[in-house]
Amino acid sequence: MSAVEARVPVLEARGLVKRYGVVTALDGADFDLFAGEIVAVIGDNGAGKSTLIKALSGAIEPDRGEILLNGTPVHFRNPLEARRNGIETVYQDLALAPALDIAENLFLGREVRRRDIIGTLLRVTDRPRMLREARAHIADLKINVRSMKQPVETLSGGQRQGVAVARAAAFASRVVIMDEPTAALGVRESGMVLDLIRTVRARGTPVVLISHNMPQVFEIADRLHVMRLGRRVATITPASHTMTEAVALMTGASSFQGKEG
Amino acid sequence: MAVVGILAIGQTLIILTAGVDLSNGSVMAFGTIVMTKLAVMHGMNPFVAIALGIAACLGFGVLNGLLVTVLRLPPFIVTLGTLNIAFALTHIYSNEETIANLPDPVVFFGNTFHFAGTTITYGAVLAVALTLLTWFVLTKTVAGRHVYATGNNPDAARLAGVRTRRVLIGVYATAGLLYGIAALVLVGRTGVGDPQAGQSGNLDSITAVVVGGTSLFGGRGSVLGTLVGTLIVGIFRNGLQLMGVAAIYQFLITGILVILAVAVDQLSRRSRA
Repeated sequence: MSAVEARVPVLEARGLVKRYGVVTALDGADFDLFAGEIVAVIGDNGAGKSTLIKALSGAIEPDRGEILLNGTPVHFRNPLEARRNGIETVYQDLALAPALDIAENLFLGREVRRRDIIGTLLRVTDRPRMLREARAHIADLKINVRSMKQPVETLSGGQRQGVAVARAAAFASRVVIMDEPTAALGVRESGMVLDLIRTVRARGTPVVLISHNMPQVFEIADRLHVMRLGRRVATITPASHTMTEAVALMTGASSFQGKEG
Repeated sequence: MAVVGILAIGQTLIILTAGVDLSNGSVMAFGTIVMTKLAVMHGMNPFVAIALGIAACLGFGVLNGLLVTVLRLPPFIVTLGTLNIAFALTHIYSNEETIANLPDPVVFFGNTFHFAGTTITYGAVLAVALTLLTWFVLTKTVAGRHVYATGNNPDAARLAGVRTRRVLIGVYATAGLLYGIAALVLVGRTGVGDPQAGQSGNLDSITAVVVGGTSLFGGRGSVLGTLVGTLIVGIFRNGLQLMGVAAIYQFLITGILVILAVAVDQLSRRSRA
């Protein structure tokens, strides 16, 4: 793994601190994500997983510490700025508009306008092109839906998550972040979403994932970033540690440092 | 019907964002008094007077929008407040007097022309034209799609990069502008500036929107439906009147119609969830 160590991480955080009043959510947290991998962030409730992810996706600004994108320090004041830098986030509560159709949800906030004068002046959308591109993105991830004109509310939970993932994958040039992508789903649909995440990785975009589901995490992640009390306590791999050992690290019952792959 | 039709366009925009506007009738009444009083009593150029009357309504729309977005107050309460403010200002400014002897440009939209054997007012043509224009903007433009997204799931819209506050302020401002145009059409129809006008405008427009199939929960519906809703309510009333049914029964039936329309919306929503 020394080759990996020498590479510059796609996304890196150093010494992030975030306090809410007297509560310290992040207490000098580090993080790194390399090209072509899936990293799962695990930790007990209140360990700072969500806060870390929010800092990486621009939803909050850390009080101290820095975030680097391909080795360059960046500063996100809001999720839009993170998005402009190629970091897309799939939010836990399926951030889609149920009454709008699949194509509209995929392009929400990024509507493609007609290239002629009415597109520029009146901001008239190019619906045929958005339908066409939506079809391509959905087919790319092998998500099984009939029509791009279907309202999202007519889809199953797994299909909806598929649309959310497709949106992130379509626009993420660097990183896709997923917050509990399978929390609301059944077993079969979870499996479908895990396949999607692998497809995203295979297409070259590294993925950061929060999950409480240990078997799932061990199934899909290349590396596990273990958080406890606002810090990274270890980085382990499914090969180097067992689930029991990972839980011991999360709860502080064990404090041995992670060995790299 | 043209007046309620135009008020209902503004109401549709606001209901699509999961809001409601109780102030539109009184805002319109204020607009009529501003434009007629300036034109008649202050001898202002009628076109400038019209522009200022419409601007007054636009101002109320912007005020509603700012209160809803910046102070994050519920639209119901905000517009209940501005309803009373506009009502009071209308009566204070008019001294409770009806303003007559209006110059021609101010009453233009009350003029009629003959087409295919019927008499049509320019106001009605304007109402239909504004409906079509609004339909185009809502369905074909980025701004319009953002109105639907903001009404349907404001958090998702915001996270997706839609500037939801800007959308809301734009919607309330546009609605205000439409109420100003409705004021001009109303003055054309009645030929006077009447401080008592428009008092049922809010409920009539909400009825038209709801009967037209737009959901009170936001994000679903169409301004074309509102046009149909306006026609249904209007024809219903007109028909009942022609049949000699007392006016009070028309209220009764309109009330039942609204409850039915909302019930259908509510039930279809429940079956989806």
